[in-house]
Amino acid sequence: MSCKELVELVTDYLEEALPREERLQFEQHLSLCHGCVNYVEQMRVTVKTVGALHEESLPPEARSALLDAFRDWKKG
Amino acid sequence: MDSHPLRDPLAEQNEGELVAALRAGDEAAFASLVDRYHASLVRLARMYVRDPAVAEEVAQETWLGVLAGIDRFEGRSSLKTWLFRILTNRAKTRGERERRSVPFSSVTPDSDEPAVDPERFQGDAERYPGGWKESPQPWEGDPEERLLAGEVRALILDAIEQLPPNQRAVITLRDIEGFSSDETRNVLDVSETNQRVLLHRARSKVRRALEQYLGETE
Repeated sequence: MSCKELVELVTDYLEEALPREERLQFEQHLSLCHGCVNYVEQMRVTVKTVGALHEESLPPEARSALLDAFRDWKKG
Repeated sequence: MDSHPLRDPLAEQNEGELVAALRAGDEAAFASLVDRYHASLVRLARMYVRDPAVAEEVAQETWLGVLAGIDRFEGRSSLKTWLFRILTNRAKTRGERERRSVPFSSVTPDSDEPAVDPERFQGDAERYPGGWKESPQPWEGDPEERLLAGEVRALILDAIEQLPPNQRAVITLRDIEGFSSDETRNVLDVSETNQRVLLHRARSKVRRALEQYLGETE
């Protein structure tokens, strides 16, 4: 497995979706290649960082329109 | 996958209480849901409707759908899956009606897109074909912490914004919303394999954007 091939398998690896044989090759490659270790770590950091995004709040007019709708709904 | 329990009103332990609060007309409960999920709903709607203003409308209609349906919600799926399914159903209908819908095949990935620029690997005539020309280096500092500065946050949102709609939808559900792959497949009607391919491409592009920003290799 080359570095170029490994980078295409990182998500399958992180999702534990690699067949056993490929997973072993993947891990063997990592044990010998610090560039790919760094790459996989960068992908992990990317996932973690995306997960820490705070959502934008919605436009205030839309928000108050939705809350108005909620009050109407509540009245039945 | 983390499911962001601290800021997620739909964390499972709260779900029953939340449904009860909505049925009882608790405005704060409704507002917390809207604040938390509206942006993701809009982002996902854009997989089916191209016009951002229409996507915004579809998301707003989804909230009305939640109110209309909450009394009949039986908890067979999680509330979160239910919410996003209402959204995708409405967005599909809207997309078809306006004949702006992206063809059905758009849920499947397009042809190959390498995760990393092929130029970064050695060619066949070089010593290690397919090996890095220059190894990636560890990133300095912690981008997650630097998110607080706002700049990285904008950069990532921009990178996600530039993804094809199907990749944007998958990374939104999986990595922003913390959906499992099963939940994601359920919401998007996409196969396990395609879901993973889309996620891989989306994450790879966001990684590249972070790498460029962090200035390690460019």
